[in-house]
Amino acid sequence: MAKLPKPEELSKIDVTPPKTDWMDTPTVFKDGMYCHGSKTKSLEIVGFPNPREWRPADADWKLPENWKQIILEGIADRLKKYRSFRLFMDICVRCGACADKCHFFIGTGDPKNMPVLRAELIRSVYRKEFTMAGKIFGRMAGARELTVDVLKEWWYYFYQCTECRRCSVFCPYGIDQAEITMIGRELLNLLGLNIEWIAGPVSNCYMKGNHLGLEPHTIVGNLEYMLDDIETVTGKRIKPTFNRKGAEILFVTPSGDLFADPGTYTAMGYLMLFEELGLDYTWSTYASEGGNFGFFTSNEMAKRLNSKIYAEAKRLGVKWILGGECGHMWRVLTQYMDTWNGPADFLEVPKSPITGTVFENAKSMKMVHVAEFTADLIKNNKLKLDPKRNDHLKVTWHDSCNVARGMGMLEEPRYVLKSVVNNFYEMPEDTIREKTFCCGSGTGLNASEDMDLRMKGGFPRANAVKFVAEHHGVNMLANVCAIDRATLKALMEYWVPSVGVCGLHELVANAMIMKGEKERTTDLRGEPLPSAQAKEEKA
Amino acid sequence: MKALVSLIAVLLLALIAYAGASVPGMRFMFGVVIPYAAFLFFVIGMVVRVLIWASSPVPFRIPTTTGQQRSLPWIKHSTIESPSTGLGVIGRMALEVLFFRSLFRNLKTQVGDGKQVTYGEAKWLWAAGLAFHWSFLIILVRHMRFFIEQVPAAIQLIEGLDSFLQVGAPLFYMTDAVILASVTYLFIRRIGIPQVKYISLVADYFPLFLILGIAFTGVLLRYFTKTDIVSVKTLAMGLISFSPDPKMLGNIGVMFFVHLFLLSVLFVYFPLSKLVHMAGVFMSPTRNLANNSRMKRHVNPWNYPVHVHTYEEYENDFREKMKGAGLPVEKE
Repeated sequence: MAKLPKPEELSKIDVTPPKTDWMDTPTVFKDGMYCHGSKTKSLEIVGFPNPREWRPADADWKLPENWKQIILEGIADRLKKYRSFRLFMDICVRCGACADKCHFFIGTGDPKNMPVLRAELIRSVYRKEFTMAGKIFGRMAGARELTVDVLKEWWYYFYQCTECRRCSVFCPYGIDQAEITMIGRELLNLLGLNIEWIAGPVSNCYMKGNHLGLEPHTIVGNLEYMLDDIETVTGKRIKPTFNRKGAEILFVTPSGDLFADPGTYTAMGYLMLFEELGLDYTWSTYASEGGNFGFFTSNEMAKRLNSKIYAEAKRLGVKWILGGECGHMWRVLTQYMDTWNGPADFLEVPKSPITGTVFENAKSMKMVHVAEFTADLIKNNKLKLDPKRNDHLKVTWHDSCNVARGMGMLEEPRYVLKSVVNNFYEMPEDTIREKTFCCGSGTGLNASEDMDLRMKGGFPRANAVKFVAEHHGVNMLANVCAIDRATLKALMEYWVPSVGVCGLHELVANAMIMKGEKERTTDLRGEPLPSAQAKEEKA
Repeated sequence: MKALVSLIAVLLLALIAYAGASVPGMRFMFGVVIPYAAFLFFVIGMVVRVLIWASSPVPFRIPTTTGQQRSLPWIKHSTIESPSTGLGVIGRMALEVLFFRSLFRNLKTQVGDGKQVTYGEAKWLWAAGLAFHWSFLIILVRHMRFFIEQVPAAIQLIEGLDSFLQVGAPLFYMTDAVILASVTYLFIRRIGIPQVKYISLVADYFPLFLILGIAFTGVLLRYFTKTDIVSVKTLAMGLISFSPDPKMLGNIGVMFFVHLFLLSVLFVYFPLSKLVHMAGVFMSPTRNLANNSRMKRHVNPWNYPVHVHTYEEYENDFREKMKGAGLPVEKE
């Protein structure tokens, strides 16, 4: 793996397009810009086509004999199944409004990272094979032949898109590159062309219930460590339950929060909040994943992984489901789950047992985001909060792509955040809310071998954080996304080392005064609280 | 190069019409046969396009949300940008189709030396796009006077507004200048911005030159090489009542046939090209769906059963470990 260049070098971005037309410019695989190919075993476990060992850098990708037929039939099939795909192949006028909206284009200057051109990679083949104009006028109408090189180009650039949908906000026809990338990746998966960082978690999740492959006893064990830490901070021993039948609520969160910091602090936040409320809820080791890497593979795989959530809710006989902080998880839940695996008529319309609020907005799919749940608690004065405990933090808010553009949850987390911290500063307005920037590592690109790509893709986000760090002294980047918590940490270390990363419920738990807790001297990270520090200095 | 190919193609088409219409025997071809055929092709072509799109279902509810969802009653819901009802969707679509809402958001991202990325205003594409489309529409509506014996008051009003500057005789229409200026801007932009130039195809330049050609010949006909308007109207009225009067063809200047032929080419080009966005924009699932999939189940007509790893299989894999960790199991 190539060594990652210094930030000063990486931020020198050349946006001059090559001299040659894009169809004549070969795609060169650059180290650090792509991930390892999928392993045989990962594909076999879920029954995916063409399992074999292969390396993207190799000339021979060990494709099946009839690969071209498979792809063309795959396109034909998807044109029939998705109006979005068919329409987005036809109506783009190449106005270029999307071009400088993509974080990968801004960070790399590579014209094939402009959403319009990324889409043309596949449109050109569509025109050649499926349109009259393309067949008659060929290249003048933007048509080209499907070759192995074209296939490789697809692979390289469809794994340089995080399906963040920022381009679709600006497109006058709402063309969504995420939709095109999803279909592009589905087609590649017909030939076994996945990346291991996605294929591995998918097979883990299928067999073990979560991306990280945590087995049931490990989940319990990991939570035990967190409970120890909570006891150290608050003096309270919490006893959560697992796979418990008859609980009122099933809680599902991304497994990343059970594994590594700073996600674990967010999980501790959930545990403390639910304990304080006396919530009748259970964790599940079977449905132990809120996220869905299947979504970065194929529609079918995403549905297979997602099925566990409703199935487990039914088995345990809960009334409704509460979901943790995650980004793509919530696009999948909002726009796909009920359609795939519903109707969830065995559940009840979610109702907060603490406030009595009925979540009418989730009355069919029956799952509530924990930020909605907590916002309602705070609005109804159900929590005792001391935001001063977070006074050592100057916080800014990162809207996660999928939550912002695939769900529209913008105000709930801000309301919670403003209730639990005193120092909150927004990043520049063109980089937040529906115009938020991706962390640069979504859709399964958060591996270690593609660090160049990640740091380049995350550059616009990091740059906006740097702005508030320099102008307001911001030192904490809060968000509701498990992938963000894992990836923004690396991004901040690289671009803005003075800024840390945390989840929303870590800050909630820090500020929340629990019944019978001891006087807190540290936050969940074990760092001294400002009040405790002041006392110490006085003494 | 691609622009040049397109320009030459349009000039050639104009030349064909000019030469063709100069031959008296060919006027019926250029004045009657080709316009009929082109119009028919346009109508059938667009209907077929729409039917093809419509034949593919919308399996998932995938609006791009650009505002606050409807959730708790005390949180202000963005009824247009993240609509939860059909009415909201109509509002969103109206803003999109009539005012190009999304393009209005356009920004110019500037990285500079990499220290501070800035996002500047970039409304010119929006302004030129809107000016072009609206002037095209108004010009089209104005042309209805050729097809209707008694020009309706509504069309007269539009003509009056369009010429309210009261310059020259015949009165100068503002939209004539606007369409020429906006299309010229769209062309200059296409070759002037390196990224846009890089993505542009012959198929992008061609319609720009074609529309410029139509507008330009139209301006010539109205203000310069005047033609016998009464004969044109008689011909037009005959065409829509399927009884064109060939006697009129001889009274009309050649430039008119160039104008009409380029328009006919545009009609044919329309359903074969990106210009189908005119109909497609209404069908875009990221814009024309309500953000209500948590409230109301969206049904996928091709949803099919899939292989899943059941809880039973999971417990079989981990029963001993689960018992060891004190987890409840279904089977001992």
